Amino acid sequence: MSKIADLAALRSLMSQRAPGMPARIPCPLGLPVLDAALGGGLPRACLQEVIPADGGAAAAGFAAFLLSRLAGQAGERGRGVLWACLGEGDLYPPGLASFGLDPGAMILLSAPSPAELLWAMEEALRSPALAGVVGEVDRIDLTAGRRLQLAAAAGGGVGFLLLRADRPPAAVSTAALRWRVGAGPERSWHVELLRRRGGRPGAWILEREDETDRFLVAAELGDGSAAPQARFSRG
Amino acid sequence: MWLPSWATDRLRRKPDFPAGKPAVTIEEIGGRLLVVAADGAASAEGILPGLSLADARALRPDVAVFPADRAGDAASLARLADWCSRYTPLVAIDGADGLWLDITGCAHLFGGERALMSDLRHRLAGFGHDARAAVADSPGAAWALARFREAEQTLLEPGTARGALAPLPAAALRLPAAMVAELERLGLRHIGDLYPLPRASLARRFGMLPGERLDQALGRIDEPISPRLPAPAYAVRQVLAEPILHLEGMAAVLHRLLPRLCRELAEGGQGARRLELLCYRVDGRLVKLAVGTSRPSRDDAALARLFAEKLARIDPGFGIEAMVLAAPHVEALADLQLALARGRDGGGLEADLAPLIDRLGNRLGFARLARAEPRESHFPERAVKRMPAVFPAAAAKPAAAWPSGNLPLRLLPRPEPVTAEGHPPADFIWRARRHRIRAAEGPARIEPEWWRGETGDPRDYWRLEDEAGMRFWLYGQSGSWYLHGLFA
Repeated sequence: MSKIADLAALRSLMSQRAPGMPARIPCPLGLPVLDAALGGGLPRACLQEVIPADGGAAAAGFAAFLLSRLAGQAGERGRGVLWACLGEGDLYPPGLASFGLDPGAMILLSAPSPAELLWAMEEALRSPALAGVVGEVDRIDLTAGRRLQLAAAAGGGVGFLLLRADRPPAAVSTAALRWRVGAGPERSWHVELLRRRGGRPGAWILEREDETDRFLVAAELGDGSAAPQARFSRG
Repeated sequence: MWLPSWATDRLRRKPDFPAGKPAVTIEEIGGRLLVVAADGAASAEGILPGLSLADARALRPDVAVFPADRAGDAASLARLADWCSRYTPLVAIDGADGLWLDITGCAHLFGGERALMSDLRHRLAGFGHDARAAVADSPGAAWALARFREAEQTLLEPGTARGALAPLPAAALRLPAAMVAELERLGLRHIGDLYPLPRASLARRFGMLPGERLDQALGRIDEPISPRLPAPAYAVRQVLAEPILHLEGMAAVLHRLLPRLCRELAEGGQGARRLELLCYRVDGRLVKLAVGTSRPSRDDAALARLFAEKLARIDPGFGIEAMVLAAPHVEALADLQLALARGRDGGGLEADLAPLIDRLGNRLGFARLARAEPRESHFPERAVKRMPAVFPAAAAKPAAAWPSGNLPLRLLPRPEPVTAEGHPPADFIWRARRHRIRAAEGPARIEPEWWRGETGDPRDYWRLEDEAGMRFWLYGQSGSWYLHGLFA
């Protein structure tokens, strides 16, 4: 039963990627340089990994920034967002407001175990009511990743796996995009796109205006074609 | 219904019970070991409750003796009462060895009152319980007939209670033993003897009780029984011809019951907030499964999904012979609301999210799903409270505004002490890593909230940025430094 469902989801995924078929419209981030590099905006209906480059909260902040774009752009009705952690976690909802998210509108899920967290994430991704789902996970195996990718393809939202800095990410992954984000001086972020299915990697420095908290791309650090990670991922 | 040897029947089900011997349970009362319950075989030998153990042994040396377990007997009687709700939702426990079933309006489901009574006694006999049952117009009459008429079952036609009760002893009126003895002393041995007496003289001598009990037994005044489980207004049942043992079977029955319940809910303009699936097992146990919803619902497909997760938790034992689906908690749900909830533009986010929240909540527990709500407090850890996600966020107006300004995205559940130098720190060590500070902003002082009765030193909060750009929220208090949050 579930195998048939998986197969159906896989078919729908393949049909989206087949040439000539209309793909889901990507979500513009409002940062022209980044949008252009992503081919129009952040791809929807897929799984994305966000890896912290340091022990700080920059990666979580970047995930919150992407979530706010997805929640705001998803249509006139607006769609929900969900943030799942193991236990209570240490996300501080009042801090979300500066990324354009309404802290009171987000569903906060405290999962009792890593397995339940992944189950909840899969359920949430299947729901068309959610634009984005963040899961703070230590590690994820290939099967679980594939399930999440299929769920996201079915539901149309984006699943963000917020991984941990002190664990090396898996060499093989089902995620469509892999980001690595670290802090830079004066509230800036160093954002790397390590892997993008069917596209080129890149790296940028994102700065925030002091008064408005608006983001802008301060520098493009190259398209990544010379970056060693990119060579590895192709090799 | 009377279970004359409830305590000893229960013992009989134990594997180490000695077969073929009379059995009694004993308890130490006033320094003597007295028989508190005796089974049929023991009673036939004259071993009755109240006899001392020595006397009982004199009558039958091989009598099997067990300690009395009143709490266990009561708990197991309560389980039996729950199981009896397969016949009627109104079941009450009567003392230590009896049950009252209000079968008004239910008997036809089981082929009439006589058939219901036979079925009940037959099943109880299958569990190893000797039961005497009586059906009458009033609980009092049924009680008297079950216990004092020498018959295994009695069915009293409506309006014949007066004649049927007359030959029974006065004790059948549920009177205290001392009062019964007093009545007997006056020659009033049978209930019939009380009929011609003027009520006033009876009351003068014995108080109101005998008259009241008489009226209750004859159905002149109403005596409501207080059911153990509240009877849900919405319930549908399915009695199974063949006991089911498998998940598929349970799911199939559930899928038959759900649309029926949803139709009943629709007729009443209600939606379920809580559903219970009651499974009656052939071994006399009742297994319950409950699901909750975040908003009233009568969408059978959505409700079926909630049960799907949990159905596997039911232990069918040796088989399930009847299933009842009940909605003990309902709320008004108009068709208009339903139309809006289904519509693509009127229902809003809440309606779309409800099925997801129900699914997550029923598996993980609704306490694990929260929405943040601002609170009036200067302390960062108190400025936010987790509220259940089941309530619409828009409906509940937040009591306070979200704190403004540059706030951390991560707040450690407990501030962690750090080793820091300088004021503000020029560098500090957190989790075995040294962070050299490039820029510092502060201090922002937070005083203890004296109106909460707090005392202590204030906290001085600093925003610090290290050489790599990582930004921290530290506070100094009483000469020590603590890391409280991380900025994004």
